[in-house]
Amino acid sequence: MTQDRDYGFGTRAIHAGAVPDPVTGARATPIHQTTSFVFDSAEHAASLFNLQTFGNVYSRISNPTVAVLEERVASLEGGRAALACATGMAAQMTALLAILKAGDHIVAASTLYGGSVGQLGIGFARLGIETTFVDPQDPENFRRAIRSTTRAVYGETLGNPLVNVFDIEPVAKIAHEHGLPLIVDNTVPSPYLCNPFAFGADIVVHSATKYLGGHGTTMAGVIVESGKFDWGSGLAAQKFPEMLEPSRAYHGVKFYETFGDFGYTMKARMEVNRTFGAALSPLNAWLILQGIETLHLRMQAHCRNALRVAEFLGEHPLVSWVHYPGLSNSPHYELAKKQFRSVDGRPGASGILTFGIKSADPAKAGERFIDACEFLSHLANIGDAKTLVIHPASTTHRQLSEEELARAGVRPDMIRLSVGIEEAEDILWDIDQALRQAVR
Amino acid sequence: MTDIATLRRILGTCKTIAVVGLSPQWHRPSFFAAKYLQGHGYRVVPVNPTASEILGQRCYPSVTAAAQALAAEGVKIDMVDCFRRSEDIPPIADEAIAVGAKCLWMQIGVINEAAAAKALTAGLDVVMDRCVKIEHARLFGGLNWAGVNTRVISARRPQHLPY
Repeated sequence: MTQDRDYGFGTRAIHAGAVPDPVTGARATPIHQTTSFVFDSAEHAASLFNLQTFGNVYSRISNPTVAVLEERVASLEGGRAALACATGMAAQMTALLAILKAGDHIVAASTLYGGSVGQLGIGFARLGIETTFVDPQDPENFRRAIRSTTRAVYGETLGNPLVNVFDIEPVAKIAHEHGLPLIVDNTVPSPYLCNPFAFGADIVVHSATKYLGGHGTTMAGVIVESGKFDWGSGLAAQKFPEMLEPSRAYHGVKFYETFGDFGYTMKARMEVNRTFGAALSPLNAWLILQGIETLHLRMQAHCRNALRVAEFLGEHPLVSWVHYPGLSNSPHYELAKKQFRSVDGRPGASGILTFGIKSADPAKAGERFIDACEFLSHLANIGDAKTLVIHPASTTHRQLSEEELARAGVRPDMIRLSVGIEEAEDILWDIDQALRQAVR
Repeated sequence: MTDIATLRRILGTCKTIAVVGLSPQWHRPSFFAAKYLQGHGYRVVPVNPTASEILGQRCYPSVTAAAQALAAEGVKIDMVDCFRRSEDIPPIADEAIAVGAKCLWMQIGVINEAAAAKALTAGLDVVMDRCVKIEHARLFGGLNWAGVNTRVISARRPQHLPY
């Protein structure tokens, strides 16, 4: 018996999920822009609805183009199966609603992306699902917040905008001691720089809108399951009976027994995405797939440029502070080294960094810096091939008081850069000239 | 871990499959798997002492009984697919060897190293802790429908339609 070849990341980024089309031989992934798929017969239709035959029914449930994206991200994460959703927020919602109901509780990192804090802290609270946000710097904070009703532990591998690195291993251990899955948002490092499953996470979510797509064109989200969480074990079985019992939401199917290590993904697909409807369009899936083919190359370039920019800012006379986990003086450097793939012998810490300007009124200087940029784009996104810049205190976090900003970890002078893959010298030039104008 | 080429050979050459522990209830995993196999051109031979007919096929109390009945038609059992507890496998493996099956297949969660070793020694292919339906769908198309990581990387046009 021979061993199956263990293909490298770059090969899987291009090939995983995408064998040639069996009918036409088309090598590129066809865009199956169709809502529905014909049944061969009444019997075939019944088998499909009973999940006894694998096949497509309706593109809200599954679509061949979307499936290529799902398999590709599952492969890149080293996971068992994936489900794509309309956006990253939809992926997060779907991932959680697959295992949570009213009365349940989540323990999440307080440093999550603001949109995620809103979804969990306000959106889910309205559904009767409560979230306790804890400082992720001490993993024991997660243990202290776990209750009998807790059903998920949630964090981000690399926080946005604080660029704090989440220590996956100890938090996964705490979650598993309580029979709970650890769900990790891996958007900022992308699967190229970090595979949270390797450190014990059970479910990964992505905003594919960011680095996976990579060009700022397309919204998408993906949920990946490791296939290693044992929903049938003692503690987990008590906490997630719906994984084991006949599904009331889908024809009495027992998801874990029937689908085993991709039972969670099937449950999320059939019970949540099918009924809540945040499905991904085939065209958008295709655009994200195009992006993923160069993910490994782009992430290396993002890391190299971001490190150059971080070092440049660290030595700049007009800059008071820089946060980038790829800098050896960062408090997150050691953890970045442990969890992130090395790029040029340094921990690849992705493209996001933050800094502040030396000025009597640093918040005002921040606004003026943004206005002075020539080709750095002022917008509220990350993970584009273009360098993006934003001043959270005057935009995304504008409504917050100084005290609230401090609690969110957003300093009034903080500028966030999503460093793109343009010529590094040009990025440094634009930052430098904008800094000079900002303090003039 | 059985490799892709071996699984393709097994699933490409075994055409008559005795499904031991096949349930007549539609929502049971064994029924799912057997119905899928039937739909993909395999002859499913139900083995279950408590039923007389499943999926339109006569049901037999044992692999041996099934093999004897099929011999009258000139048909041999190629694979014995086990939906039974791990500890119940050794006598089934003995039967599989005795009736000249080419493959002993144990479903997800069914693991019996001793029975596996015995069948291997007798010249059978042995697959353990895998679902025959999932592996077929993984390698011949269909499973990627569900976003599963099939681990298939290939630039050859598949010669089978997935559904």
